[in-house]
Amino acid sequence: MSILINKKTRLLVQGITGNEGMFHTEQMHSYGTNVVAGVTPGKGGEWVLNDKVPVFDSVRMAVQATEANTSVIFVPARFAPDAIYEAADAGIPFIVCITEGIPVQEMMRVREYLDQKHVRLLGPNCPGVLTPGESKVGIIPGEIALAGNIGVVSRSGTLTYEVLYALKLVGLGASTCVGIGGDPINGTSFIDCLDMFEADPHTEKIVMIGEIGGTDEEKAAQFIASHLTKPVVSFIAGQTAPPGKRMGHAGAIIEGGSGTAADKIIALEKAGVKVAKHPEEIPLLLR
Amino acid sequence: MKLHEYQSKTIFAKFGIPIPKGRVATTATEARQIAEELGGRVVVKSQVLVGGRGKAGGIRLAKTPKEAEELATQILGMVIKGLPVRKVLIDEAANIEQEIYLGITNDRAARRPVIMASAAGGVDIEEVARVSPEKIIKVHIDPLLGLRDFQSRDIAASIDLARDCWKEFTKISLNLWRAYSENDATLAEINPLVITKDRRLVAVDGKMLIDDNSLFRHSDLAEMRDLDEEVFSETEARKYGLSFIKLDGQIGCMVNGAGLAMTTMDIVKIFKGDPANFLDIGGGANADKVAAAFRIILSDKNVKVILINIFGGITRCDEVAKGILVALEEVKPNIPMVVRLVGTNSEEGIRLLADAKMITASTLADAAQKSVLASQGILEM
Repeated sequence: MSILINKKTRLLVQGITGNEGMFHTEQMHSYGTNVVAGVTPGKGGEWVLNDKVPVFDSVRMAVQATEANTSVIFVPARFAPDAIYEAADAGIPFIVCITEGIPVQEMMRVREYLDQKHVRLLGPNCPGVLTPGESKVGIIPGEIALAGNIGVVSRSGTLTYEVLYALKLVGLGASTCVGIGGDPINGTSFIDCLDMFEADPHTEKIVMIGEIGGTDEEKAAQFIASHLTKPVVSFIAGQTAPPGKRMGHAGAIIEGGSGTAADKIIALEKAGVKVAKHPEEIPLLLR
Repeated sequence: MKLHEYQSKTIFAKFGIPIPKGRVATTATEARQIAEELGGRVVVKSQVLVGGRGKAGGIRLAKTPKEAEELATQILGMVIKGLPVRKVLIDEAANIEQEIYLGITNDRAARRPVIMASAAGGVDIEEVARVSPEKIIKVHIDPLLGLRDFQSRDIAASIDLARDCWKEFTKISLNLWRAYSENDATLAEINPLVITKDRRLVAVDGKMLIDDNSLFRHSDLAEMRDLDEEVFSETEARKYGLSFIKLDGQIGCMVNGAGLAMTTMDIVKIFKGDPANFLDIGGGANADKVAAAFRIILSDKNVKVILINIFGGITRCDEVAKGILVALEEVKPNIPMVVRLVGTNSEEGIRLLADAKMITASTLADAAQKSVLASQGILEM
């Protein structure tokens, strides 16, 4: 069992004929993901992946022909908002946007529109989602994670891979690993994922990896205290980050004294969460 | 990206917001000429990208062109919070009746823009927010609808603005919203918005921050970036698509991924070391990028050791190792290096680096500890 994706996922890749799109389509396919279609405007009618996957001119056409139910977006930032609107408009209920660098005001409009349509977005600026042994949507390297009973949710990319790998080394695996992305405005939050992991019968423990910026970790802490029965272990990156500087991720910034790692750690510990000093401590705290 | 006051006000004027007459000067003589043109009392304002210019003595009132010249001489020689003043704005002085605050920013938690106004303008608004938050009126803006007339009328009434100013205030707030949304700003602020003795509204000071991620569609704004106000190494890093922030420690860090780069800094600190920088080299194993990263780290003379922390996922460790070897040929650092390669093909990567005289580490903790020891000269290769 898992959250967000599973064997029934019928995946559509937007931007499938680009470098990134093509490479990761191959990776996802060889991991066992059911990639049913791709979209690149102007390339409809072509086939990719040894003629296994048809390419369409629009998401609407792809959905009509293949009944795709999930979309992953690999198009450049200037076209990505339109790609998200297009997927939502075609009735795709779950959209994963890998693209980094979408302007924040654009994302506020996108999020408002998706909320009105009740469409779930993961990302943007995220590595996607992996259910080990079943399916992956996005760019998380499949071979670094074992299947297991730990739900992993994170704002980061390689830091998440570190954690998956550290778990694997001690024989622990993930039910599902979700990268919610490093942007200030995103689609799926920590709370959404915690809620889904709590309801998932195969998830027994949860790892939540946060970082400086915003107050989502503090809100998650309140949610954990009031709604969760499963134990949560956490790590917060950016304890040495200077205020007012964007630490790589658009959302990783301490603004007006708000969003510090210290505040987040205090809030989480108050909610009964074990907070690791560094990522290698996470497997120990899960015992 | 931060804009200077004069740049922000130029944008405001384009969007129909009244600003004082004035121009930028880089010399005291020029400052006097501008003051003469403006004919009378002027304000001499330092243009540096930090807050607290007034408190530092970087904003002064001059009664005559001669005084403007004298003040410009003083201010152009000042260093405010580490930044030398290179430009002054000479603005016609306003006859102030009242000062109000008007600003728009993104409310991240609410996921919408928020417009804020206060009758207590002209002072540090963060201070007002802390001491008497009830004096600030906040109204969220629907990102799909934009700011509406009724909202700005409601704000005018809420801050007890005199009714004869409502029409002008509404016009200015709607124009500020347009300046904000059309320029992809993350902040557009008028502080103070002055009501003059003859009942006009004028944006006496202005501040704008632009979303870096939007600059691909605002080439006019991208050109406004003032490189004089930036740390050289950060400007250099941007050229190569590297995400770099200079810090004050001795341990240079080269990492793939922003979250992992922050974590690497944190763990260095746990072992009582101080990171010299944040650096995310991103995905891929491009030797040019790695070489640029080495050069940028080494341009900081405080750096005593370089810690390379790479997690191989899609980009395999052996590819990264090859990139590092090519870059080392070019750069040849003469300080110790600690390297940790983990993930896909890490053994192969480590084998490739065996001849490169690097200290190898297996865990994050091990890498941090060895870097700290190497920076103190205790550990050598």
